[in-house]
Amino acid sequence: MTEDGIRCDGRRLDELRNISIKVGVLKNADGSAYIEFGKNKILAGVFGPRDVHPKHMANPDSGILRCRYHMSPFSVTERKNPAPSRREIEISKVIKEALQPAVILKDYPRTVIDVFIEVLQADGGSRCAALDAAAVALADAGIPMRDLVSACAAGKVADRIVLDVNNEEDQEGQADMPVALMPNLGKVTLLQLDGMLKPEEFKTCMQTALVGCKRVYEIQRKALMEKYFQNGEQ
Amino acid sequence: MNSQILDQLKREKILDLLKTGKRIDGRSLDEQRPLVIETGVIPKANGSARVKLGNTEIITGVKIQLDKPFPDLGDKGILICTAEILPLADPNAEPGPPNEEVIELARVVDRGIRETEMIDLHKLVLIEDKSVIGMFIDSSVIDSGGNLFDACSYASVAGILSCTVPKWEVKDDVPTLVEGVTSKPPIKTLPVSVTMARIGDYVIVDPTKDEESCMDARITITTNSEGNICAVQKGGSDGFTAEQLIQCAETALTVGRKIRKQFEQLM
Repeated sequence: MTEDGIRCDGRRLDELRNISIKVGVLKNADGSAYIEFGKNKILAGVFGPRDVHPKHMANPDSGILRCRYHMSPFSVTERKNPAPSRREIEISKVIKEALQPAVILKDYPRTVIDVFIEVLQADGGSRCAALDAAAVALADAGIPMRDLVSACAAGKVADRIVLDVNNEEDQEGQADMPVALMPNLGKVTLLQLDGMLKPEEFKTCMQTALVGCKRVYEIQRKALMEKYFQNGEQ
Repeated sequence: MNSQILDQLKREKILDLLKTGKRIDGRSLDEQRPLVIETGVIPKANGSARVKLGNTEIITGVKIQLDKPFPDLGDKGILICTAEILPLADPNAEPGPPNEEVIELARVVDRGIRETEMIDLHKLVLIEDKSVIGMFIDSSVIDSGGNLFDACSYASVAGILSCTVPKWEVKDDVPTLVEGVTSKPPIKTLPVSVTMARIGDYVIVDPTKDEESCMDARITITTNSEGNICAVQKGGSDGFTAEQLIQCAETALTVGRKIRKQFEQLM
C-alpha cells in the first residue's frame, strides 16, 4: 500500500471492488442471482417454499431455511476437493443465520426454503458476496422478507482500516471482519473476525464495514429494480 | 412439538426475570458461572485439563508429535484445536459425523487460540519446510450445560498451559527425540473467549442451556492479554444492533480479565 492510501489493486481505503448483480439467471430455480464482486463469481439459487425432505426436519409452526455454500473445484488456484469442507459447512451455517432474520418463515409452516450457493471463482470476501447474491435470489423468488441482507467485509491492512478486503490483502493483512446488515432495520446479522484489533479499531472497522453494506444494498436494490421495473414503472 | 411449547414458556419466564435485572440461576447479567479448572488429569497426554463451567464439563487433551509443516507455512509449527460433543454429554447428541453446530464449535475454539497467537508457532520449527512440532488440542464435551464455546476454549487454553513439550535434537538432518527432557510451550498471550446471548433487549454473559434454548442471537468474542479483540463469531437466528455489539466487545474485555487471572495461576 502506498503512503497516501492507494491499495495493491489501485483502490482507495474506503472503496469497494466493482460489483455487478444479475437477477433471475436460472430457469429452474424459483429465484436466482449472479454476482461478480471483484474477481468473485458466484451463483445463488433459491427453491421453495416446498415440502421438507427428510420429513422429520419439518416444523409445524414455521418454515425452515437451509443453506449450502459450495466452492467449485476450479474456483481457487489449487484444485479444491469437491466434497464440502469444514470451512464450507461453517460458512453455510453463518450465511443461513444471516439470512434467517430477514425471511418471514412463520408464513410457511412445514416447508423448507433451500438456498444453494455456488462459488465459481473465489477471491477474498466470498462469503459476503455469496450472501449478497443469496439475499437477492430470495427476493427474486418472491419470498416475503422484512428487509434485504447486505454484506461486506472490512479489515486491517498495513496498520490501516480498509473496506472490502481482497484475497491478497486477506493473506497479508492483520484482520478481516465480514459483516452483514439488514439496512432498513439496522440489525447486524453476521459478524466474524479473525485478526487483531484494538477496541477502538474494532469500532472503526465495524462502522467502515457497515458503510460498505449500505453501498452494496443500493446495488442489490438497483439489480432487483432492473428486473422488475424495466420500463420505469413502479 | 412439546419442546417448542416448553421453550416458549421458558422464554417468557426468563424474559420476565430479566426485566427485573435477574437471571434464572440468580446471576447478574454480566456474571459468568464459576469456572473450575483441573489440569494434568490424563497423564498419557502431554497436557490435559478438566474444566467445569456451571453444569458444562469438558476434558481436553494435548498431544504433541513430530509433523511435517503445511506446504505454504514451512516456517511455522502446527496447531490444531478440535472439539466434539460426546453422545454421553447430551440426550440430543448423536454418534457419527459432526453436524454443523459441532463444526462451528471446533472452528471457533481453534480461531480464538490461533488468531490471538497464543503459541509462537515459529518456535515449533525443527527443520524449516521439513520438520516441525505439531500440537493437537482435542476437547470433548462430557456434560453439556450451555456455552460450550467458552468452556471448550478455557479447557483448551488450560490444557496448553499445563503441557510439556518433548525435546527433539536435529542430528544429520533428522530430528531425534531426547528422552527425559521437556520444556514449556512458547506462550505469547492468554486468549479468553466470552460468549454472550441476546434474549429480547437483554444481553447476558455465559448463557446456560435453558437460556440458549430461547436466545435470539449469540456472540463469541476472544481477546488477548494486551486487550486486543482477535476473533468474533456471531451465531443464532437473529441479529444485534451496532451499539449492542460495541457494548459486547467492552464486556468481553472486562469479563475476560477475571478469567485471565485464573489462567495466570496455572502458569
